[in-house]
Amino acid sequence: MKKDISEDLGKSGRGALKSFFVKLASIRELTVFAVVLALGFGIALFSPYFLRLNNIMSIVRTLSTTTIMAIGMTMVIITGGIDLSVGSVLGLAGMFTAMSFSHNYPPILCVMLGLSAGLVCGFINGLLITAVNLPPFIATLGTMSICRGLIYVITRGNPLTPALADGYKFIGQGYIGVVPMPVVIMLILVVAFQFCMKQTRFGRYVYALGGNEQASRLSGVKTKRVKLQVYTIAGFLSAIAGVILYARMTSAEAAAGLGEEMNVIAATVIGGASMSGGSGSVIGALIGAVLIGVIKNGMVLLNINSYAQQAVTGIVILLAVGIDMFRQKKD
Amino acid sequence: MEPYLKMVNVSKTFPGVRALRDVSLEVARGEVLALIGENGAGKSTLMKVLTGVYRPDNSPDTKIIIDGFEISIESPTHARSRGISIIYQELATVSNLTVAENIFLAREPLTKLGLIDHKTINRCSRELLDSLNMDINLKSLVGELSLGQQMMVEIAKAISYDAKILVMDEPTASLSYKETVTLMNLIRDMKAKGIGIIYISHRLEEIFEIADRVTILRDGVSVGTLPVAEATKEILVRKMVDRDLLDIFVKNESFTQSEVILKAENIRNIKRKNELGGVQLQNISFELRRGEILGFSGLVGSGRTETMELLFGMHPYKGDIYLSGKKLHMKSPRDAIDAGIGFATEDRKQLGLVLDMTVRENISLPSLESISNMQLVNKTKEREICKRHVDTLSIKTPSTEQATINLSGGNQQKVVLAKWLQLAPRVLIVDEPTRGIDIGAKAEVHSLLTELASKGVAIILVSSELSEILAMSDRIIVLREGAIAGEFTQQEATQDKIIACAFGSGEIIGKAV
Repeated sequence: MKKDISEDLGKSGRGALKSFFVKLASIRELTVFAVVLALGFGIALFSPYFLRLNNIMSIVRTLSTTTIMAIGMTMVIITGGIDLSVGSVLGLAGMFTAMSFSHNYPPILCVMLGLSAGLVCGFINGLLITAVNLPPFIATLGTMSICRGLIYVITRGNPLTPALADGYKFIGQGYIGVVPMPVVIMLILVVAFQFCMKQTRFGRYVYALGGNEQASRLSGVKTKRVKLQVYTIAGFLSAIAGVILYARMTSAEAAAGLGEEMNVIAATVIGGASMSGGSGSVIGALIGAVLIGVIKNGMVLLNINSYAQQAVTGIVILLAVGIDMFRQKKD
Repeated sequence: MEPYLKMVNVSKTFPGVRALRDVSLEVARGEVLALIGENGAGKSTLMKVLTGVYRPDNSPDTKIIIDGFEISIESPTHARSRGISIIYQELATVSNLTVAENIFLAREPLTKLGLIDHKTINRCSRELLDSLNMDINLKSLVGELSLGQQMMVEIAKAISYDAKILVMDEPTASLSYKETVTLMNLIRDMKAKGIGIIYISHRLEEIFEIADRVTILRDGVSVGTLPVAEATKEILVRKMVDRDLLDIFVKNESFTQSEVILKAENIRNIKRKNELGGVQLQNISFELRRGEILGFSGLVGSGRTETMELLFGMHPYKGDIYLSGKKLHMKSPRDAIDAGIGFATEDRKQLGLVLDMTVRENISLPSLESISNMQLVNKTKEREICKRHVDTLSIKTPSTEQATINLSGGNQQKVVLAKWLQLAPRVLIVDEPTRGIDIGAKAEVHSLLTELASKGVAIILVSSELSEILAMSDRIIVLREGAIAGEFTQQEATQDKIIACAFGSGEIIGKAV
């Protein structure tokens, strides 16, 4: 079932208190959020450092790029598709930005070139899926390899480290008050896309398309166009993540974003998006990313073997989705 | 003779709903018991209790007796081992296996090497199909068979499990006339073999043709069982709905000639390479006038739905379509909608609704543009519009925020109609608008269509139900094998003429339908 967090909360004033809490418990996003809080509390008991502002800001800064990509992934998964290319597109966008800087282009232009690389990749994904009719898994598997290959061809595997403008570095390293800049950008994007998905025609069409593509087309939704837009947006958001990551690292690595698609998909799915399409939310993806971030940080703080982190993340995905399936069956 | 199956005082309560209250029924071997009632009357629940999908409420009075022994049915497998099988409306065949493989699915005989013994499977299947007079190729994939043949395969499979009681849930809902006739003959054969049949159907004609007794359910209670010989349509309907038959069919007010709204000239589909099957249409031409209800009749596979799909811009087509004299160039349903054509499709669940979305979101989907400022959806306006449709069409739903998957078939159909009404189309195409919905909702849909026509909407009604076509249409076009086979005015049309026309000369089967 699709849960609409903002609307459900809005109704609470009218409803009885008890049914309000029942409803709260049934909202996927809040359940995951409760798990995040409980986990955070547990970690804090063993490691007081966890709650230090420094640490919290470092967690959210790390997860900001994952979340930005997860916004696009959520939209893609709501349409019933998948985008495996996000990690490679992140790397390619960073690489394009770095190459532009090494040609001494103005910083604005460098960022624009980086972003347009992602836009083009996303658009190509969309075309492969809507015009060539490839299944999204195959189409994006292909572009994932192509983009990564392109990075290696261009750089021969060496990182690019041209001199960067301070203004550009601010995107990755700056702070507004105590909040890191990447987090600010992430929050703006989450709010904007949550609004877009819940309040605009485009958002409605994305949900409808994922719920029943045929019925949506017969209701006049231009399904191919909507899909093309969704994949293009996903590519663009990955590029934003790439530009931010490069600004933070100041070195465009050939392996940037390698395997990142798995974290992104995990965040999205933990946040309540269903792989069969039709449900999911941008807020949910953020909370999913926070959960993964907290787990990773907690394991570092508790001195758990870093090799085990991957496995724990996997277990969390299975638990989160498994429990949800179980609950839906009970309904 | 002692009945083979007896269900006594069966009750079933779901959280908040009493679906069945002290329902009893009996079926003897070689008897056909019809089970009728509006949607939601409890027929499916009762059959699910019988076949072990649900457990009945615990009560000392409740008994299920099979062949003289009182038993409690634990599971569908248990029910089947006791000789009770069910054929669901949605068939449970595996389309990429052959007929024989389907019959022996999950109990394949093995050779000494542990491989599947295809020889035995084919031989046994052949004997089985022959004994049932079924003319089906064993080696064809079930997915390549017609729906009617697929149902035959399911029946054969049930018989091969040594079924003593066979439940059939709306078996004819998607069968053609011809297939229905074959099915009726098969049911007579099975009767003669001593198999008891519980036959669920909305089509009363079939019940008069095939059943011995009929049990009527209303709101989870059995309101009577009587021999079919003593029943009339009026009696059955009155028992089912507790309302008078009079308002069931709304006779269309006589239609006066008006200007032509829609004109199709030699339209036909362009065959595309990768599309197997489907009907090749042959230069279909007709005119549709303002305020007219034009009925489209024909057998399943005659090209009715395909024609409608062309009129709605779903596929590329040859020929010309004019709306109010202006030639249309439709590339997608969106173009058709913008031109003022609405299409309530045959298949509500696959094509009509986004089931997980709410009533509100479904109703507004085609007209979202007019409910938005730029991109922003005006939800207040959207709710008002939706509320209005829910009220005027009396859609039974707890709120406009209910997911449509939770509504009954009739109410889902009303949501589909509301979608198109909101667009105020000039032409409304309705394909099987009353299939699988109860009599009360049916009457409401009929009166709605009549009302729309009187307001000037031009309506195309596609229906397999002859009585519906005859009662509703001002004019009837009959299709056969992708071409127009005949056209009748309301005065000329009779059931016999239309059947004759649909089958083509010399192939008329007397008592069909």
